[in-house]
Amino acid sequence: MMNKSHDYLSGPLVNTMKPGFMLVRHRQPTRCSLFLALVLWSISAPIQAALDIEIFGGGASRIPIAIIPFVGEEKLKHGITAVVAADLQRSGLFRLVDSSGPSIRDPRQIAYPDWKSRGANALVIGSAVMLPDGQVEVGFYLMDVAKQVQLTEYTMIVPADRLRAAAHQIADIIYEKLTGDVGVFSTRIAYVVKQSNKYALQVADADGFNAQSIIEYSEPIISPAWSPDGTQIAYVSFENKKPIVYVQTLATRARKAVANFKGSNSAPAWSPDGKRLAVVLSLQGGSQIFLVNADGSGLQRLSQSSGIDTEPNFSPDGQTIIFTSDRGGSPQIYRMAVTGSASGAAERLTFEGSYNVSPHHSRDGRGFTFIHRNGANFNVAVQDLATRQVQLLTDSRFDESPSPAPNDRMILYATEIKGRGILAVVSSDGKTRQEISIQAGDIREPAWGPLPKKIRR
Amino acid sequence: MKRILGALLVGLLSACASQTIPPTIESGTESGSARIANTSLDPNLNPILKDPNNILSKRSVYFDYDSFMVKNEYRTTVQAHAQYLRDNAAAKVLLQGNADERGSREYNLALGQKRADSVRSAMTLSGAKDSQIEAVSLGEEKPRATGHDEASWAENRRTDIRYQGE
Repeated sequence: MMNKSHDYLSGPLVNTMKPGFMLVRHRQPTRCSLFLALVLWSISAPIQAALDIEIFGGGASRIPIAIIPFVGEEKLKHGITAVVAADLQRSGLFRLVDSSGPSIRDPRQIAYPDWKSRGANALVIGSAVMLPDGQVEVGFYLMDVAKQVQLTEYTMIVPADRLRAAAHQIADIIYEKLTGDVGVFSTRIAYVVKQSNKYALQVADADGFNAQSIIEYSEPIISPAWSPDGTQIAYVSFENKKPIVYVQTLATRARKAVANFKGSNSAPAWSPDGKRLAVVLSLQGGSQIFLVNADGSGLQRLSQSSGIDTEPNFSPDGQTIIFTSDRGGSPQIYRMAVTGSASGAAERLTFEGSYNVSPHHSRDGRGFTFIHRNGANFNVAVQDLATRQVQLLTDSRFDESPSPAPNDRMILYATEIKGRGILAVVSSDGKTRQEISIQAGDIREPAWGPLPKKIRR
Repeated sequence: MKRILGALLVGLLSACASQTIPPTIESGTESGSARIANTSLDPNLNPILKDPNNILSKRSVYFDYDSFMVKNEYRTTVQAHAQYLRDNAAAKVLLQGNADERGSREYNLALGQKRADSVRSAMTLSGAKDSQIEAVSLGEEKPRATGHDEASWAENRRTDIRYQGE
């Protein structure tokens, strides 16, 4: 299942970046205790967040594509072609074809026999021109080499500091045109970085660039969860000697404790309409699943067992929740209906092995990804809800927190190399695996954000 | 009897020697209902709680793998704290359950909660009031031992008893 040949597509891509760092302050001045209880980080020692991306495996049917460097991009601060190429390559569905030669901007200048002999099926040409107002006009053509026809063209005007975003958008358009799937290069990911005894909840582009700390503490942060519209993140912070669930708005940095009841508060999961959260509370004994409005009001108990019910995750239609429970003696994954009252009724979904945890629905709702203990290893697996068929996707030692991409083609998860936490992505068929590591610190608890709300073609 | 007491004392002292309760600085109180986790520094904290010769300075209860049963060897400690709470109605404790690092963070949080809850049950059975106790979990997030071996994992399968104001 897993390609063990470690077939590098083109060797590791080493990207260097200097992330903009932001120190986050509380908006609740009455809670002085918080300020004293936690140590704010020193700005002079930011986490080096450059990402190394390594690609292992890869299917045989990758689409050969040539991307000619865009005309004029050498005059800009940031190139576009390299970002587009890295995105497509990282997806595991493309093979980059040698594109050396003169840059062109007009499809009529394309020498098709040359590209055919280089083995390219698709060809991208384009240009990036600085306008008098300082913005950049970026345009490109995607051509079918065999048929010698244009597949699509697109032009956009972007601020000079948004060139990477423009490049991700171009990669999305190419990906969608050639695979028929939605591209996820313009999405963002959230994760937690631990460096010595400091913790940062960070948000980065899907390729790991533009990492920004949402909140930084000397106490642990776990379980980040994106709101369905991508504007807020719920998470669990231990800054006050116990786990409390917060919701933070990314744009304003304002945050609110939505579950701060007596006992432990954890495992936030958004309802698909973004109006409610499932949370796990020990308020009434044990660890049980409750529903709470996104503003912290309207607490309502959902699960009813004598043991552990945790890690809730809504189905895309909002009608059911899958979760981890030890009611059968070992942690297994169950499904229950979201009704108006607490219920002990649930259907057991996993039967293989004695430890199945951390379920997340696929975005199409047809299956779920989870962590399965396989001997001494903890691995990413997927299960189809209709057929109950289970597929193990990884073979590493300690995998955690699987989070599916918005197009279900990939699953982001946390794993470990030499005792250090890193992020990795595996294709949902298990054929392609990429490791994404941050230069310093332990990285864990990844969550893949939703598709950006913007007008698509 | 004397011999048993002596052995117990030695055990207590050695346990105390390896025990570290990190100091915390706090001020201000949480608005709303009284929460033990967010209480202010108490200048009247009874010094006997920190007296290494007193059983009340023993603050950790250890658990077996995948278990949350309070073992017999910790009954005396738990009962001593329960009696202190019974005799000092204003005293409050925060019980912090912990788990080793293997497996899901959220599931381990729930396992740590079970370990805190079982100490709470033992305390209330011995006379402490439920309102004096808040049982919470730190899961695998605050390991006292940071190794990746059985000795470290055993150290981290634990519930700590912290008094309000500590």
